[in-house]
Amino acid sequence: MSGAEKIQVKVTEITPLNELVTRFRFERVDGGQLPTFSGGAHTVVEMQDGGITRLNPYSLMSDPFEQSSYTISVRRDDQGRGGSLFMHRQVKLGDEMTISYPVNLFSLDLRARKHLFLAGGIGITPFLAQIKQLDVLHGQWELHYACRNQALASYADELAERHPHETHIYYDDQKQAIDLKGLLNGQPLGTHVYVCGPKGMIDWVCNTAQAQGWPADCIHYEEFLAPQPGKPFEVHLKASGKTVYVGEHESLLEAIEREGVDAPYLCRGGACGQCETVVLDHEGNFVHRDHWLTDEEKAAGKKIMPCVSRFEGKSLVLDR
Amino acid sequence: MTIQFNDESFRDDYTFRNSEWAIKRFPFPFHEDSYMYSVNMEQHRGGPEGSVYEKRFDVDEHYVSEMKDRAIVLDQDPLRCQSLPHMTLAGWDLLELIMVSKSEDYPDLFELHRNGNQWRWINKPLGIDHSFTFMDETTLPYGPMEYITRQAQGDYAVLDQRDDMLWMDAGMVTTQADWSLDFDIGMNFFEWHAPVPLAHEMGVFQRALKFLLNIQQGAPARRLNWTMTVNPLLDTSPENYSKWGIQKTTLTPENIGRKQHLRVELQTFFRLPRSNALVFPIRCYLCAFEDLMTVPKWGRRLHRVVRDLPVELATYKGFINNRPLMLEYLSQFDDGLPTSPGVWPDLETEPPLTK
Ligand code: HEM
Ligand code: FES
Repeated sequence: MSGAEKIQVKVTEITPLNELVTRFRFERVDGGQLPTFSGGAHTVVEMQDGGITRLNPYSLMSDPFEQSSYTISVRRDDQGRGGSLFMHRQVKLGDEMTISYPVNLFSLDLRARKHLFLAGGIGITPFLAQIKQLDVLHGQWELHYACRNQALASYADELAERHPHETHIYYDDQKQAIDLKGLLNGQPLGTHVYVCGPKGMIDWVCNTAQAQGWPADCIHYEEFLAPQPGKPFEVHLKASGKTVYVGEHESLLEAIEREGVDAPYLCRGGACGQCETVVLDHEGNFVHRDHWLTDEEKAAGKKIMPCVSRFEGKSLVLDR
Repeated sequence: MTIQFNDESFRDDYTFRNSEWAIKRFPFPFHEDSYMYSVNMEQHRGGPEGSVYEKRFDVDEHYVSEMKDRAIVLDQDPLRCQSLPHMTLAGWDLLELIMVSKSEDYPDLFELHRNGNQWRWINKPLGIDHSFTFMDETTLPYGPMEYITRQAQGDYAVLDQRDDMLWMDAGMVTTQADWSLDFDIGMNFFEWHAPVPLAHEMGVFQRALKFLLNIQQGAPARRLNWTMTVNPLLDTSPENYSKWGIQKTTLTPENIGRKQHLRVELQTFFRLPRSNALVFPIRCYLCAFEDLMTVPKWGRRLHRVVRDLPVELATYKGFINNRPLMLEYLSQFDDGLPTSPGVWPDLETEPPLTK
């Protein structure tokens, strides 16, 4: 079996927050309690979209100790392959869905004296759960949240209201920007920095912190990569003796699963390493998009992460 | 079934005994006639009825006496239980996991009543009926990890997970096979495994770590490990080596069947929900050679495993000097017949000893 344990839930609330973001509440179909989790955890939501099964990870944003329901916020991605469009357009109140047990690849370092959170756009969601967890544990934290404009600033108002001293909001359209260097400089010893947002922001924060001498184990980031569409290609699965066609709008992992081959996975976002697959032979170029393989491994072309990475070229043979 | 708890000792006069029930369900660790390290992990989702694998936390006839032995060890050496400050949340996770599991799996022995954060815990074998506030340490006599592991058989290592690594940042360790929590506290997975021979070169630990980092909530795993112990000692710690090490020299052909014990650890792995830590319960089962020999298949097999075990392993496990004596004894129970695959006793199907 692949992936984490599954839970049957029904959709009990759908709340559009703004033009792009909608919040969904899930409760167990059998009325029972959901597992508690740790702030920063995500769940993988299964979507039956026509003939395709989509599995997308979303950060859990509800109180981690609250067991009656989970909530997630989904940002509509008009360019994407349709997972978020499905959530926005197809999912109705009362629908039954399958989600995974919580999995955490972005947990708090509980040794930290202080937690410094940097969020960009929808990257705010894991911090919402972490902030609730720190409320219970009486942890010290500070949030710097960059949004495009006031209308798209999901949860900014309630954060500012509930935590006026800890919350700092920046609006791009008002030319407000985080003074990252100054911010990092002024932190007390024992602070950990966490960033979640677009790739550019993650790189900026990680590189700046590193340049200022922050130890690597005090810098934490999470970027879920949604698999991107790409040119179709063919792959031969040696162990199962199948040749599979990977369409423009499906990931390599989805295509393998469609053919009934059981392949391991967990996050489906290039972060956990579970789906790592050995390349037996190839003629062409990899489009590596994961955060798991090292640059050397990517260059060597002996492994691929099929949840997010693709291939362009003549032939690809995998040990699967 | 209701369990009859033994009144027995694991020190001084060593009155520890296994009933026939306990011998039949002993977790014999060898599935074939030889042994080598491997990444021997499987899901921990129950097992055959009555076996030690059936419940999440096995409770057996030794429960009450083992808890008394733990209290003695802690009294003499409080450092056997340690928890770094950031591990308190994991301690609550562990308390919840054990209380929920035991009350569901053994409703006649344990009860848990929860009303929000107001909890009432009833442990009938130990005579405890305690109301407390979940997540409020001031309402317990010890920290949450210590409180619950004084009521649960086996050692507990609680590992923090950071930077794709596990760190031994808390634990309750009083029944260990010659390793020390006080020495290992704060170490990472590779550091605390450093003394183990051969396995590093075989890549066992790289693969094992990768597996452990990916253990998820609701999907626990388990494996077995084993060693040898002279006299039924639970506490074979480096701290007390001077007391037990010397007992290894007391074996004779006459007393070995009674004194020499196979020591098996049922090791399980659970992801803890609130803290994202991993808990590693290490449950120790002891069985005297003469009791093992009542199962013909185990007699044949144990002789072959001990005979063919690489010197490095017999040395690390601390029985290289006693191996000739063990083989002399065990060979009486090996008639050369083939053995059936798997760990189970197969008493109905395996032939009796023909020697
Ligand atoms: C996170 C959970 C684990 C903890 C806390 C742990 C702890 C330990 C400790 C303290 C020792 C004794 C080392 C010494 O001599 O000082 C040990 C030995 C050993 N461990 Fe682990 N271990 C864990 C998981 C594993 C796993 C998953 C494997 C899988 C292969 C493994 C394989 C071994 C082996 C082969 C030995 C040598 C045992 C012997 O020959 O008696 N350990 N472990
Ligand atoms: S499934 Fe997590 S990296 Fe591919």
